[in-house]
Amino acid sequence: MTRRRPGMLVGVTVVAALAAGVAPWLPSYPLTLLTQAMIVAILAMSLDVLLGFTGLPSLGHAAYFGVAAYAVAILTTERQSGFVLCLIAGIVTAAVTAALFGLIAIRATGTYFLMITLALGMVVWGLAFRWVSLTKGDNGISGVPRPDLGLPWSLWGPLPFFYFSLACALVAILLLGLIVASPFGMSLKGIRESESRMRILGYNVWLHKYLAFIIAGTFAGFSGVLWAYYNGFVSPVDVQLVTSVEALLMVALGGPGTLLGPAAGAAIIVFLKNFVSVYTKRWLLILGAVYIGVILFAPRGLAGAFHRRSS
Amino acid sequence: MVSSEFWIIQTFNGLSYGALLFLLASGLSLIFGVMRVVNLAHGSYFMLGGYVGLSVVWRTGSFAAAVLAGAVAIGLIGIAMERLFLRRLPGQTLGQVLMTIGFALIFQDLALLIWGGDPYSIPVPRFLQGAVRAGALSFPTYRIFIIVVAVVVAALLWLALDRTRVGARIRAAVDDGEMAQGVGINVPTLSLAVFGLGACLAAAGGVIGGAFLGVYPGADFEVLPYAFVVVIVGGLGSLPGAMVGSLLVGLLDNFGKALFPELSYFTLFAPMALILALRPTGLFGRA
Repeated sequence: MTRRRPGMLVGVTVVAALAAGVAPWLPSYPLTLLTQAMIVAILAMSLDVLLGFTGLPSLGHAAYFGVAAYAVAILTTERQSGFVLCLIAGIVTAAVTAALFGLIAIRATGTYFLMITLALGMVVWGLAFRWVSLTKGDNGISGVPRPDLGLPWSLWGPLPFFYFSLACALVAILLLGLIVASPFGMSLKGIRESESRMRILGYNVWLHKYLAFIIAGTFAGFSGVLWAYYNGFVSPVDVQLVTSVEALLMVALGGPGTLLGPAAGAAIIVFLKNFVSVYTKRWLLILGAVYIGVILFAPRGLAGAFHRRSS
Repeated sequence: MVSSEFWIIQTFNGLSYGALLFLLASGLSLIFGVMRVVNLAHGSYFMLGGYVGLSVVWRTGSFAAAVLAGAVAIGLIGIAMERLFLRRLPGQTLGQVLMTIGFALIFQDLALLIWGGDPYSIPVPRFLQGAVRAGALSFPTYRIFIIVVAVVVAALLWLALDRTRVGARIRAAVDDGEMAQGVGINVPTLSLAVFGLGACLAAAGGVIGGAFLGVYPGADFEVLPYAFVVVIVGGLGSLPGAMVGSLLVGLLDNFGKALFPELSYFTLFAPMALILALRPTGLFGRA
């Protein structure tokens, strides 16, 4: 891992520079999709901390993404709050939700962890769907304005907002990369490989898992804040089970435990979903086939397949 | 508003909904118990069962034929899914989750393709229409019928599991699959049968439920969380757990919707989270 880090750093820089360089010549639709990919990549990477590095498959990760998005939507439409307040409020809401849910979920392992996170995700979905006075229920909250950062370029334009999202994604990659490469991140991998061994070695396994859970929730919240601004609209769809599973697919497709793999997985799914739905109404059918195909033919994700070939 | 009549009627409604949930969730629980598969396509069996039943009712006019056809057709789909796909992923929880959700998406789209996006309702047979009156209260016959069906299915399942040789084998496989295989029980065949049975029950629930919830796109993902809550609360792989869980969820859901409409899902999922916090394996489950 440590050995490969310079390579990854170079890779990220090249891809980011390439994207930044090409962006001004792209038509607005692909540019919008690229922006969406950046934002969703943060969600996928946050889930990778949990699934790939700690070995905890969360089936309710959309919950933290969603509460942050709702926080931004409510604050901007009801209170006309500014970007900094919304950013902090969104991330803190997600972190607090994760801290609360983590207390319940971390006790369980394996399938039970999966089921409990599913149930906790449904709690949030239920509130989004039914607590109409706060969330407007099924209709969702529309009219979230783009943030005003006091810059000379308005973020209403697709190009400035793309650069803004790219910068945010880079910040997330940097922070998450530092976390997973730190001694703490190494301990998480140790827990993934053998929980009992780490316990015998004197590590506080529960605390490590709990912190990983909160970190994952916090970054999912960051992604959710950006999503609310990007989409301008937040609804129960953003917190539903299928959204959580889609995040799992992105991680599985890219390769769990590689951080950048899930980011690539996110980009692929975003483009696939949007392009396929342009050409055919049957895109759910194709997406379903992608789920099954990934599991059958690339069980370790694209990063795994690539790695196997190169070694 | 909160009179004794309110309590009786709401309790009755909760019980009948719980009975329907039992048909859906008992299969899910058994499937998990034997195979440790988290089947996110289970709600799709319910929805597809409803659609197949609908088509059969339109052609034949027979409700019994609809239930039978729905159960058999979807049972076969379940068997094919297990034999051809899920069997390749033993012990891979994440893989199973992604694969079953993949199937759920495909089923959802196929249903939309075949039956369109309009909501339908399966007509209730004449002898189940109307209501039974008791003083000022009236209980719809069809809801009583659902409760009776669930009680009969529960009794049959319990007898089969507790009193027959196959049932003993299933219980052995739930307790320890490897050990069961070791003493000569054919666990793969057993898994196939249990998976088929689970799909059958869910589909039968879909046809029966289609007459009072309706048959519509999205029903799959609407009932799925309920089935999971039942199974989680009751404990994975436990039949008594599925019974108690279904009733509990049916009642909680019904009273939650009647008393606190804004927080109704919360009143369902929050007690479940609480139960899990205290007993991570559910009320009747074993680690």
